[in-house]
Amino acid sequence: MSEVSTPDTLLEAASVASPKGRSLWADARGRLARNRAAVASIVVLCCIAVACLVGPYLTGHGYDQVYQNYVRVPASFASYPTAEQLPPAVDRIASRIRAKAEGLTDTGPTLRLTLTSTTTRPIDERLLVYFERSNLFGRAVATGKEDEGRRLLVEAPVNRHHFWFGTDSNGRDLLTRTLIAGRVSLAIGVLATTVAILIGVLWGSTAGYLGGRVDLVMMRVVDVLYSLPFIFFVILLVVFFGRNFVLMFIAVGAVEWLDMARIVRGQTLSIKRQEYVQAAEAMGVSTRGILTRHVIPNTLGPVVVYMTLLVPKVILLESFLSFLGLGVQEPMTSWGVLISEGAKSIQGSAWMLVWPSVFLTGTLFCLNFIGDGLRDALDPKDR
Amino acid sequence: MAAADLNAPAPQPAGVPVLAIRDLDVRFRTGDGELRAVKGVSFDVAAGETLAIVGESGSGKSQTMMAVMGLLAANGAATGSVTVGGEEILGLSPRQLNRFRGRRLGMIFQEPMTSLDPLYRIGDQLAEPLLAHAGMSRKEARARALELLTLVGIPRPAERLDSYPHELSGGQRQRVMIAMALANRPEVLIADEPTTALDVTIQAQVLDLLADLKRRFGMAIVFITHDLGIVRRIADRVVVMKSGQIVETGRTEEVFAAPREAYTRMLLAAEPTGRKEPPPADAPPVVEARDVRVSFNLRKGWFGGGDRELVAVDGVDLLLRRGGTIGIVGESGSGKSTLGRAVLRLVPSSGTVRFEDRDLTSLDRSAMRPVRRRMQLVFQDPFGSLSPRMTVGEIITEGLLVHEPAITRAERNRRAAQALEEVSLDPASRNRFPHEFSGGQRQRIAIARTMILKPAVVVLDEPTSALDRSVQKEIVELLRDLQRRHGLSYLFISHDLAVVRAIADEIIVMKSGKVVERGTVDGIFRDAHEPYTQALIAAAFLSKEAGPAA
Repeated sequence: MSEVSTPDTLLEAASVASPKGRSLWADARGRLARNRAAVASIVVLCCIAVACLVGPYLTGHGYDQVYQNYVRVPASFASYPTAEQLPPAVDRIASRIRAKAEGLTDTGPTLRLTLTSTTTRPIDERLLVYFERSNLFGRAVATGKEDEGRRLLVEAPVNRHHFWFGTDSNGRDLLTRTLIAGRVSLAIGVLATTVAILIGVLWGSTAGYLGGRVDLVMMRVVDVLYSLPFIFFVILLVVFFGRNFVLMFIAVGAVEWLDMARIVRGQTLSIKRQEYVQAAEAMGVSTRGILTRHVIPNTLGPVVVYMTLLVPKVILLESFLSFLGLGVQEPMTSWGVLISEGAKSIQGSAWMLVWPSVFLTGTLFCLNFIGDGLRDALDPKDR
Repeated sequence: MAAADLNAPAPQPAGVPVLAIRDLDVRFRTGDGELRAVKGVSFDVAAGETLAIVGESGSGKSQTMMAVMGLLAANGAATGSVTVGGEEILGLSPRQLNRFRGRRLGMIFQEPMTSLDPLYRIGDQLAEPLLAHAGMSRKEARARALELLTLVGIPRPAERLDSYPHELSGGQRQRVMIAMALANRPEVLIADEPTTALDVTIQAQVLDLLADLKRRFGMAIVFITHDLGIVRRIADRVVVMKSGQIVETGRTEEVFAAPREAYTRMLLAAEPTGRKEPPPADAPPVVEARDVRVSFNLRKGWFGGGDRELVAVDGVDLLLRRGGTIGIVGESGSGKSTLGRAVLRLVPSSGTVRFEDRDLTSLDRSAMRPVRRRMQLVFQDPFGSLSPRMTVGEIITEGLLVHEPAITRAERNRRAAQALEEVSLDPASRNRFPHEFSGGQRQRIAIARTMILKPAVVVLDEPTSALDRSVQKEIVELLRDLQRRHGLSYLFISHDLAVVRAIADEIIVMKSGKVVERGTVDGIFRDAHEPYTQALIAAAFLSKEAGPAA
């Protein structure tokens, strides 16, 4: 090119004033931001994700912590134990100590009571440890003795617990478990989808772009994998490798990339006839360069949309597997497992079904709305 | 209302406006706010007259008529008044509008390939408006469809009734579209660039057909076009539009003879002018092709018997000298684009191609790569040839990534700015995306992409066909300028002889893969033997002969 034009000053001036162009993605973002349902869904989804990540540390319960005294207690904003729960619990402890509890006064943080021995012997103070063993009380201390130790004045601190979502049939806090389950479900949703998309996009674009015999062989591989019954495939994996969290990713990923590969191949077939691909070929760009710079970026529109629809699909698939007992193992849990348990005890304790379901359906709704919004946003006809 | 006898004369006396447009505004809601595509347009169309609306792309000429037909995109809205025979039709519901559309207003579109539904037979598509509007029985409608096909001059109309659209050629499809629009004998026929997608020879036939139909039925035609040659040929009156407004109206002869507005004069003078200096006779040959032959196998499938061979290019010889330009012309399907690609070794071919004393025939893909840098290709469609997801800078410098992988990002950036400068684009546009540019600017970007590699040969595959006349002129001047500065050689593929004359030294005319005529530009223009070449010449210089001294 001639050295006459373009002095460096011009270039500098240009780079200073150079306006940033609006990419198609930026356009799409703008359109998405105007879609209220999609924006609301993104906000809700982010809230759910943050809650699942941070929430379990804040609830004050371990996801596998069992409260024998609080089996299947209903969801409540008030703290446990309730005033009605205290006397029977105290009676149970007292009978173990072989004493009778009288004069219960609940001062809030502590419970004062008098234990009267039901035998002739004095009460062994060491037996007060039974208070601690219950989930209701802390370490109980004797504040006074009467009648040669046959009457004991006892002060026991009351452990106040909150079970906002209630507890399950093992007495574990459902809120913590729902959030922990969310981590598992979302992780599977995101990771398996990512795996599926990576393999699918690479496979599909390569097959579509190279065409001919390569395409034929690659797509027949896809067809063969399609024809395997999914559940049979999973059972086979479980039989060979035992129940394992990683197996879920493999099983789901191995099946879900097939759709993606077909979609991307179809897109690639039309893109490779575009003149900008021919222009790159005429310039001598390598196959790899054409795939990564021209073909794949232009297939991403449909891929992104499909991804938002794939995540709920994968979450549901995991729920389905867990429902059948092929998924995650206790005490680890997922939304599918929780719903399955909740469904079993729907008559007595509906909260066990309601809360995980609310989270799962909420997430699925959001993802579908986002997918819908993205499809509209990426549709070039709306420009 | 049963359709009247097709051969009856028009019911209205000529001169009464059948279509009146007053203060028509068309607005589109877009992400960047409101876009006013048409601004207060008013005109009348009298019965039996042909009105041409001309203007460059983006002048609002199509949107005006889309608004009349109630076919605006979902984000568009029209205000003002449109009356057909005194009845207001703007703002009617689609259902009410259907009393007018197809019955009193017919429309034909630019793209005959996509405006017919590929799933329905021709006869069924023709019968549909007859069943819907004229209340005919199936049998009557079929008879009428046959009558219509005969009327628009389709060969073997009875067989064609049961054909699918893909079995027809482009010109035949456009005839079917015209037949559909005529089915209910509309008072006004709106034709939106009906011949732009057709070959020149076919184009002439379709124009003749329209003129003939107009004469026989006395209907009014509104003809939207950017081609002044067509206007000169068929229009009674002209409306010139620019940026959504009418800049000039008048009788065709008057406008052509004495244009009042500068814009109209610009349109009339937009023919590519000037000629190219021929290269010295002793200039070294750059590309030498002998007996180039390209054939495609059409496989018949399992039961179809043997394979059939389609010969796209049949034994063509070429000699391109340094600084020279060969214009390759021919109708669609004549193999001219394939020849260009065969020279670049982008399609498998037989025969020999030598480039700068090197035989390319034996080189494989990776051996070709260093040569690719010196042989470049520019495409017809400036919208399709730039990847929509890459910035202009990335597009331009992609070739450098391949051929000079060692240079730094800053150097690439500098060269991109330089290349843009060379095609007269703002170097600051490096960071923008192709969709932010107009067609002409995009074509400049495509040229910058080839220039950055400092090629010796550029194959230009109809680089001006998708552009407005005035933009064509600029691109041709740019190409000539670049050629002079860098000693480039061009293979210029086109069907437009006006452009070819302004840029080429030699012309090759192709038909069915063979060269039917070749010679210098002057020689071809002086005495062309082939009827096709003569038709091309006639089509290219129609407006010029009749226009003012340009």
